[in-house]
Amino acid sequence: MDVHEYQAKEILASHGVDIPPGTVAFSPDQAVYAATELGGSHWVVKAQIHAGARGKAGGVKLCRTYHEVQQAARDLLGKRLVTGQTGPEGKPVQRVYVEVADPFERELYLGYVLDRKLERVRVIASKHGGMEIEEIAKNTPDELLQVIVEPAVGLQQFQARELAFQLGLNLKQVSRAVKTIMGAYRAFRDNDATMLEINPLVVTKDDKVLALDAKMSFDDNALFRRRNIVDMNDPSQSDPREAQASEHSLNYIGLDGEIGCIVNGAGLAMATMDMIKHAGGNPANFLDVGGGASPERVATAFRLVLSDRRVKVVLVNIFAGINRCDWVAQGVVDAVRAEKIEGVPLVVRLAGTNVEAGKKIITESGIPIIQADTLAEAAEKAVAAFKGAK
Amino acid sequence: MSILIDEKTPILVQGITGDKGSFHTKEMIDYGSNVVAGVTPGKGGKTHHGVPVFNTVREAVRETGAQASITFVAPAFCADAIMEAADSGVRLICSITDGIPAQDMMRVKRYFLRFPKDRRPMMVGPNCAGIISPGKAMLGIMPGHIYKQGSVGLISRSGTLGYEAASQLKALGLGISTSVGIGGDPINGSSFLDHLVLFDKDPETKAVLIIGEIGGPQEAEASAWIKENFSKPVIGFVAGLTAPKGRRMGHAGAIISATGDSAAEKTEIMKSYGLTVAPSPAEFGSTVAKVLQSA
Repeated sequence: MDVHEYQAKEILASHGVDIPPGTVAFSPDQAVYAATELGGSHWVVKAQIHAGARGKAGGVKLCRTYHEVQQAARDLLGKRLVTGQTGPEGKPVQRVYVEVADPFERELYLGYVLDRKLERVRVIASKHGGMEIEEIAKNTPDELLQVIVEPAVGLQQFQARELAFQLGLNLKQVSRAVKTIMGAYRAFRDNDATMLEINPLVVTKDDKVLALDAKMSFDDNALFRRRNIVDMNDPSQSDPREAQASEHSLNYIGLDGEIGCIVNGAGLAMATMDMIKHAGGNPANFLDVGGGASPERVATAFRLVLSDRRVKVVLVNIFAGINRCDWVAQGVVDAVRAEKIEGVPLVVRLAGTNVEAGKKIITESGIPIIQADTLAEAAEKAVAAFKGAK
Repeated sequence: MSILIDEKTPILVQGITGDKGSFHTKEMIDYGSNVVAGVTPGKGGKTHHGVPVFNTVREAVRETGAQASITFVAPAFCADAIMEAADSGVRLICSITDGIPAQDMMRVKRYFLRFPKDRRPMMVGPNCAGIISPGKAMLGIMPGHIYKQGSVGLISRSGTLGYEAASQLKALGLGISTSVGIGGDPINGSSFLDHLVLFDKDPETKAVLIIGEIGGPQEAEASAWIKENFSKPVIGFVAGLTAPKGRRMGHAGAIISATGDSAAEKTEIMKSYGLTVAPSPAEFGSTVAKVLQSA
């Protein structure tokens, strides 16, 4: 799960990371009020979306007057912002963050990530903040500073101090940077984050160390114990179908093809998509109905897949292990009847436990379902049905 | 022979009295697995499917000599259950549970390091279908009848894609020595590499099929090791060629893997290290058959 910049900063601030004064606003008037309350002479108005690269896309505006603040908020709110990370459809801007813009002397980078290879948290820092870290990694990999956190004891002061000195900070700045690095680590650990990025982390003329931008992502598996994070969820930032799918614990990702897929297991779902492509078609979605594909889940899956107008054929591929083909078949038949699926050819491939009973249910239902025995046959029949339907 | 489990391996089921634990215990017993004990805190002293139930793993191990465990424990409590098994001397821990927080798994993996290498448990999963040595024993939730006993080792991150491979092999008359589902989570108990080491020493296994997915460094690491050390032919596949590039908020994750995360990149890595790559997921069986014929 992702959160907005202002929410990430709230979390960081509560763990002792210094941030510039700022307030979230939902309307241009609120934005002006926020600026008057915050004080200062310069403000930035930042679009709050679950994606980065906002600056280049015009999502961050520097303002010198209250009028400019109002205008900036008016320009951003209610729009869809398209950045290099959002995809062509962009993300809706429903909140802006108004922040005091004080000058700073240096821009640094500070990131935390769960390293899958080491199975530990890796802290990454760089003297060159503000730009994309991939660029730094590519061009000057030696300048990337890294420490690995030992999970049994957590990040240690000396590690933070080493990073701070390597960043070339003076003594006063070092002690503040150590507080920031340690605090951000606790924010990461105590909220089950999977990614935390402060870019840039700035150093001001009076030696303050401030998180100027912040991004955090959280482990979905740990949300059961992080109600505070769940409360920050902003459903407007996810694809409505993906949000609906996750409500039913289905894993759905919309794509741009014509063959809708309903599959159990993420690996088999990906393989089914690959197979459709191999047979000359294009998958419309990734959808994993999970191990226990109950009739209700299958019905929900059909609704989701068919809500995509581009879908011309639906391919159901279930390899029953925990569940049984006869249950799944009954679910498919019930869903087809309940959802009145007409005009969309349906290809069903069942395999595994009770496969013969499952096939019998489908045959006897009288519904014109195209059956397939193997993965290859299923993909070929789905692509043929699409070409026939065209 | 087979790896990890056979018909004699004494098995313990953690969470035996829950719905899933109960159902799959029966399936495992019916398949021929030697289930000797169950653990559910508070239900000690009862029997379930004819198996004695204990309050703690330590007690179960002491009374029955269980050596392998399978967890059907809710995600919030599963890391604890895994560490309990490790601490009680269980040598093989298979975790079916889907949804364990990554930081919990980090703790589990760190906890394992307290045991010297020769006593460190092997963990399979979490979020996996388990292990099966066809014709001998099953420590998992797979449909046993789709596996034929034979000489192909199978390691798969995905459960159902592993089933797909097993059934394709069976349709061609090819059998499996042992199939291991290593699971789809970011942090796994064991990797392709851990099981390849075992397959290398297993005389019954003549070739190994490894089925990977997008994301993570495991496939590349295993491929490099295979080229230098593995004596048997390996067939590989990486699912997700058509998968969209993951949407991510920041960039920090992008720089940690030295090699590519995408299916296309991993497939190239496999080829460059001499693995035979199945051209499509419908050709696991035929590709393995070809490799076995030419070997």
